[in-house]
Amino acid sequence: MDDQDHGRGGPALSVHGLSKRFGNRVAFEDVSFEVGRGEVFGFLGPNGAGKTTTVRTLGTLITPTSGSAEIAGIPLVPQNAERIRRRISIMPESPGLYLRLSVAENLECFADLYRTPDPRERIARALRTVDLADRADDVCASLSKGLRQRVALARALLSDPQILFLDEPTAGLDPVATRAVHELIDRLRRRGVTIFLTTHRLEEAERLCDRVAILNTTLRTIGRPGELRDQLFAKSLTVTTLAPLPDPDHIFADLPAVDGWHPDGSCGYILAVSDPAVAAPAATRALVGAGADVLSISSLHHSLQDVYLELVGTDTPADEQAGRR
Amino acid sequence: MSMSSRRIRAIVRKELREYRRTPSIVVTMAIIPLIFLVQPLVVVLGLTASSAGPLAHEHVLLYLLGIPALVPVLIAAYAVAGERQQGTLEPLLTTPIRREELLLGKALASLLPSAAVAYAVYAVFIACVELFADPAVASALLQWPQILAQVLFTPLIATWSIWAGMGISAKFTDVRVSQQLGLLAGLPTVALTSLIAFDVIHPTPGRALALVAALLLLDGLGWRIVSAVFDRERLITGTR
Repeated sequence: MDDQDHGRGGPALSVHGLSKRFGNRVAFEDVSFEVGRGEVFGFLGPNGAGKTTTVRTLGTLITPTSGSAEIAGIPLVPQNAERIRRRISIMPESPGLYLRLSVAENLECFADLYRTPDPRERIARALRTVDLADRADDVCASLSKGLRQRVALARALLSDPQILFLDEPTAGLDPVATRAVHELIDRLRRRGVTIFLTTHRLEEAERLCDRVAILNTTLRTIGRPGELRDQLFAKSLTVTTLAPLPDPDHIFADLPAVDGWHPDGSCGYILAVSDPAVAAPAATRALVGAGADVLSISSLHHSLQDVYLELVGTDTPADEQAGRR
Repeated sequence: MSMSSRRIRAIVRKELREYRRTPSIVVTMAIIPLIFLVQPLVVVLGLTASSAGPLAHEHVLLYLLGIPALVPVLIAAYAVAGERQQGTLEPLLTTPIRREELLLGKALASLLPSAAVAYAVYAVFIACVELFADPAVASALLQWPQILAQVLFTPLIATWSIWAGMGISAKFTDVRVSQQLGLLAGLPTVALTSLIAFDVIHPTPGRALALVAALLLLDGLGWRIVSAVFDRERLITGTR
């Protein structure tokens, strides 16, 4: 079967019960998930959770201890390693550029390693994508960390990969450089590139990813950020009044879509609701009807960080676990 | 197994560019053979015409075959450990390049400057002998068969040293340890060439051909063995 035809239509990544141990130390265990084509998939977890080892395993640099996977439709077995590497690109956390060579010379080397047709055009296109067309002749040692990260991204794009693994692409970058990388990822998403993004920057995952998985040696959860919030946290409204309500139970008891309430300070109330769109107008009407001076009614928003902390915040840090094993 | 000449060329070009931007690498390569030259030069330049007779029946010039055994070891020992140390090994190994292609590219890139330095140092020795030694000593010492042996054996011995250095480089993570062990690995070849130079092993055309065959075999085996010990997982994770 022709390489290009392999696995078209199926998921970009399909992982079943994958585990990796180094001797007695578990890097990750029984990890299963699928990533659709064109999806930006976030892989979150604390330091030592096994994120980078997972990427290296899926990138054929490391052999899994057990389990199976298909990468771009190709089974992850040692004899398929080269075929898989032709269809993916990995941008490691450290850019790993040849600092004495120029940007163009770095890219030229990798274009040849991927045997890309028309390498000059590919290099020019990759540099345009990361807005570095005018820095092609700069020696990499002279570039800032953010620019080096963009060169590494250009290098990862040279082969037009079906799946792009980005391992902590914004680690150590300042906010401006971080924003530039985010915009690049957005552009790649629009081009339909499947992106597997490992990060522990939760706002980054929330902003960029269609779905996220949270790993702490084992996979804790997987889903869209909004779904995860809904799964873990009851929806709620916060109500603030000018003065304490004389009989809040009477006001909130029979409201539609309100399942319960509890006080939050002297003039605050948190309502557990099944549908904020129904509960908020009803609560407003009831409060006004009872003569209360309402300062605010708002939906309580849980962030992906709340989800993350709920799932792994009470765990022993993964890197400490690894040290103990 | 089909090899990609384009990938091999990419590695060679990359390595040569790095050498060119780092002249200290080539200078360092030349230091050991220059030191190696001092003792024989002092001896030869001190000889009088009366020594020319016995010298014509010796093979002192073959002593200099130790140079290609030592010159390439330093950069070969850096080949893998150095990539790992500067953080460039992982991006390289995520490409479709095969380990045989990567190692062959690195070996060729090590061979080119090593052979150039070895020939240059040898040329310096011959020039010094021609210019400063007693003419009778010079004509007794500079025998064409030995010069031809140097020309022919230099790349073969250098290639063997490169594989020894790269094998060590693929096994040890620390560049300094790798280079020191690489130098040690070059010593048996130096010992062999010294034994031939001092006529402990008498050089004959038959022995020379046998040595060529043995070196060709060792060079081919070296590639295979180093490819076999090149373990992506261990190199990336430092485990196994």
